[in-house]
Amino acid sequence: MSLTADRAIHTPATRPPPIHPAWVRAAHWLNAAAVLVMVASGWRIYNASPLFGFTFPEAVTLGGWLAGALQWHFAAMWLLAANGLVYLALNLATGRLFHRFLPLSPRGVLRDMAAALRGHLAHDDARRYNQVQRLAYLFAMFDIALLVVSGLVLWKSVQFGMLRELMGGYEAARRVHFVAMAVLVGFVALHLAMVALVPRTLRTMIVKS
Amino acid sequence: MDKRSRLSTADAELALREARRLLVPRMERPGRRAFLARTLSLGGLALLSGCEVTSQAGVEQALSAVSRFNDNVQGWLFDPNTLAPTYPESMITRPFPFNAYYAVEDAPEVDGTDYRLEVAGRVADRRPWRLADLRALPQAEQITRHICVEGWSAIGRWGGVRFSDFLARIGADTTARYVGFKCADDYYTSIDMPTALHPQTLLALSYDGRTLPREYGFPMKLRMPTKLGYKNPKHVRAIFVTDTYPGGYWEDQGYNWFGGS
Repeated sequence: MSLTADRAIHTPATRPPPIHPAWVRAAHWLNAAAVLVMVASGWRIYNASPLFGFTFPEAVTLGGWLAGALQWHFAAMWLLAANGLVYLALNLATGRLFHRFLPLSPRGVLRDMAAALRGHLAHDDARRYNQVQRLAYLFAMFDIALLVVSGLVLWKSVQFGMLRELMGGYEAARRVHFVAMAVLVGFVALHLAMVALVPRTLRTMIVKS
Repeated sequence: MDKRSRLSTADAELALREARRLLVPRMERPGRRAFLARTLSLGGLALLSGCEVTSQAGVEQALSAVSRFNDNVQGWLFDPNTLAPTYPESMITRPFPFNAYYAVEDAPEVDGTDYRLEVAGRVADRRPWRLADLRALPQAEQITRHICVEGWSAIGRWGGVRFSDFLARIGADTTARYVGFKCADDYYTSIDMPTALHPQTLLALSYDGRTLPREYGFPMKLRMPTKLGYKNPKHVRAIFVTDTYPGGYWEDQGYNWFGGS
């Protein structure tokens, strides 16, 4: 296999660069904390006026009552949005977005998915994401962006009129926000299961190598 | 001379009212104190396990500080020329939901004949208003979406006096920061001046073409499609213009003050 772009950038270095640069690791854990608070407080807010025929058990919610949950939600939103923006900006500026997540093709995703299910997918180079990972991580970025946009509509539906119309109105934005949350929780569950299967990936997201 | 005697009756009354305002919601809602205890239970612990949490009060203080920061952000985001969307009559939610901190049968019964709207604070003309006088002012109407802090929303039709017209008539100092409201059901709240002057902010006297019924706030409510439901006071009996932060019934318990949408 040829050198990855990451290596090419760091050619003079004698030591290999970290699997994930420090800013990626920091952004990952800040995002994880923000998502945890947003989801747990969001469930408590949902319970105040359930959209569907169920509520979340209060023990797994954050905030204690509606006002408390709203305070957590509208505090953690700044962390989620600011961290997400810095992450995306650095991803673009360093070119990481392109050489880590692209190219991506439906055929490649199917091939890697089939290989993964047969247990044949190699993880020897942690610097290289397989096609399923690329799709999953890009999807997580898109989904969080959708959560932020639909959340802005719920927070300020009059002031963000264009976003409101983009979401199909206030009530539609509630549903978009909920579904995007549910999908993100599904992603996190799958992500954690994968980390449990390949535990050294947890280490690379914490320390340098 | 005894210091206490120097306190004028008006000042004493004001201080007493302030103390009551601060204390009563806390006494009435013992659950509120427990809220942070619960707040810190699951996600809080997971989140903060790495940090030093010296006290629940510290967390509460930090969250309140962010909430005040969010008030400022919302004030900055608020565009006085942006109108809330309006809807056709066919989209009105029927029946329009009743919502208050008490049951519908406990809604106050205000006698319209001896009702007087009090006006106070930084205004030129403090004469109280009879219902007939308010009805004689130019009327406006809107079909807009009412959004509750709980998340649900409903479309309704309100008619009444543009609040900016009313403020002009009473000679309100529109450079003041707040407009406060006191209600017949002991509810109280306050809004920022830019929202008070917004063209869709109405002193609503009617609902769906008939006199505002008791359950929706007879004799008058403040209708603002640019703010959440709890910012729209019903059964308004007094309006005051002030630079001193007046708070609100829910706001004093932790709900965001600006409450814009």
